[in-house]
Amino acid sequence: MTEQLLTQSPPEVAYPSHFKPLWRRTLLTHEGIVILLLGVVIVLASLLVPRFATPITLTFLLIDITPILLIALPMTLVIIVAEIDLSVASIFGLGSVSLGILFQAGVPIELAMIAAVAICAAAGAFNGFLISTVGLGSLPVTVGTLALYRGLAVGLLGTTAITSFPVEWTKLAQANVGQSGVPLVVLPTMVMIAIFVVVLHFTPFGRSLFAIGASAEAAHFSGVNVRRTKVILFIVSGAVAGLAGVFYTLRFGNAIGSNGLGIELAIIAAVVLGGVSIFGGRGTIVGAVAGVLLIGVLASALRLAKVPASTIDVITGVVLVLSAFTAIASRGFASRRRSPGRGEGAASAAKSGESGK
Amino acid sequence: MAAVTSQVSAPRRLLSELSGVARSREAVIVVAFLAVVAATTARNPAFVFSSDGWRDLLISPSILILIAAGQAMVVITRNIDLSVGSILGLTAYLAGRLLTDIPGIPIVAVFVIGTLAGVGLGLINAILIARFRLPALVVTLGTLYVFRGIDVLWAGATRIFPKDLPQEFLDLGTGQLMTIPYLTIIALVVVTGVWWYLKNTRAGRESYAVGSDPLAAVLHGLPSSRRIMVALVASGALAGFAGVLYLARYASADSQVGVGWELQSVAAVVVGGVAIFGGSGSVWGAAVGAVLLLTINRALPVVGVPDFWQRAVVGVLILAAIAADRYLLLRRARRPQTVRDTTSDRVAVND
Repeated sequence: MTEQLLTQSPPEVAYPSHFKPLWRRTLLTHEGIVILLLGVVIVLASLLVPRFATPITLTFLLIDITPILLIALPMTLVIIVAEIDLSVASIFGLGSVSLGILFQAGVPIELAMIAAVAICAAAGAFNGFLISTVGLGSLPVTVGTLALYRGLAVGLLGTTAITSFPVEWTKLAQANVGQSGVPLVVLPTMVMIAIFVVVLHFTPFGRSLFAIGASAEAAHFSGVNVRRTKVILFIVSGAVAGLAGVFYTLRFGNAIGSNGLGIELAIIAAVVLGGVSIFGGRGTIVGAVAGVLLIGVLASALRLAKVPASTIDVITGVVLVLSAFTAIASRGFASRRRSPGRGEGAASAAKSGESGK
Repeated sequence: MAAVTSQVSAPRRLLSELSGVARSREAVIVVAFLAVVAATTARNPAFVFSSDGWRDLLISPSILILIAAGQAMVVITRNIDLSVGSILGLTAYLAGRLLTDIPGIPIVAVFVIGTLAGVGLGLINAILIARFRLPALVVTLGTLYVFRGIDVLWAGATRIFPKDLPQEFLDLGTGQLMTIPYLTIIALVVVTGVWWYLKNTRAGRESYAVGSDPLAAVLHGLPSSRRIMVALVASGALAGFAGVLYLARYASADSQVGVGWELQSVAAVVVGGVAIFGGSGSVWGAAVGAVLLLTINRALPVVGVPDFWQRAVVGVLILAAIAADRYLLLRRARRPQTVRDTTSDRVAVND
């Protein structure tokens, strides 16, 4: 009897995914497919599109997607806790304008940069306060602050643009690493990505984000400070959006209220494409980065191939909708295996009711 | 509940209903709107008391009202439609092409084709969301890009010019009946229709139930998918119809028509008291929200605020509206159950 127990394999139901071979578990995930797709697009573009595989293309590709890539990192965390931040593009513009105004008022550029990021962190903190402390929904709140922060940015500067930034800083923002075609800004961006990977996937704080996304109430009762966590995330989201705004301003040497207008939806599209569930509780930094790169590489390749620029919009949209299918496909498969009856219909119908947020 | 109402005499019931209307969420927005108009008119009487001022006051919000009405239907079922701006842009250009390329095409046909195009695009959203059960935010974000991309691919750098459009079509956009512009009348008729549908039909009440508690609606046997589909198709149809009206109103269209309207319509709905998590609010609220938003935009320069600050004021307005909703909800929840049962207070599920 005891022998029989000992030789029995461990309970299988507990880790159903471990039934699958390792290659299926790593490659056939949403992230794996997006990374694979990214590789295919890069190879095809290098072979088919003239001048794609050149240093200059790489330089501009990397430097162009840096702001979106940066903002996508905290956006991933925000979406994992089942919230959303639509105000990032407006905070981005506010950071750009703050930098310009402070610098023009005689503040040293280094101090102005820090102050601009601090202002944006405060803007994020205000979002976090309204969402966490007051208890309002993040979608309506950030629709409101999207208008508010953009209004502040445009209102503070009007139609004027501030372009008189110190040359050494604007040069630095466009500089390459040594003689290679890799922009210097890639290095701090990689550090940021590494920090976010560690925080999300290798710390208790990161694990608590998935817990909140899966069920905020359950997370609360297991000792996670849900309110404080959300406030922190929105502050980080604001600060990073400000950082991206400062970089963008120095790169183009131009502070104007309309900087970054409308990029919030592009960022969310890239993050969701990278396998971060819009319902929260699921997603990886690697996936989000791959999503941003995939859209960026596609856009760059199509532009070089002289395909009309708006084709990329159509492709982005279609890929986005298709990426939603992969989540649904795995969900449908899992529930069919668990309950081979009629229960599946009601269960998935109930899930669809949650759609929208 | 029924016993309680029958004991109340008719005049008192009327009074209580009137006070219910006065305290309703829509009334607050109407008061805010009247305050804005009064303050602005005090500064510059021409804001209302000139034929141009009067016309602009009525005509500017009418197209956004149509979009907001559709958005309200979708939001009430706890979904969202971010593709309305792109649908509006695509059908505005489609209508322009029809009128330019087919001389003598009946105007009614243009409206029918434009609306049907909106139905078709809305149906794509509806099938993906209700049939395949994909999240509405992701689907309509995707179709926002797809529809806009098709619009830009088709239109390119071209533009529909007023000289290519028949005069009677343009008259529709600027004409008026007894100082009330046609566009305003159309918007009022549509909003009344949608309001009546949501308030009085079985399907309309089911839409509220679906948005209020999706799981309960399914367990209760309500056709959730169909209600969500109807809402999304209606939103597409209204956006398509509004696209044709946009062309009639502004007499020109390029590939950028309607960019950013999705967030404007969400803002109107939120300001108008439709809860973003579904199940409550009314189309009238959304319509008044749209009117308030666009009137503030025009009022600010008159009262001396540079128009650069418009968006900031709109942002504060949205935040104030949702904060007020939250406050009212908490206050209602704190009241004893007996008081809630015996007053004409609206329950969360109601509109």
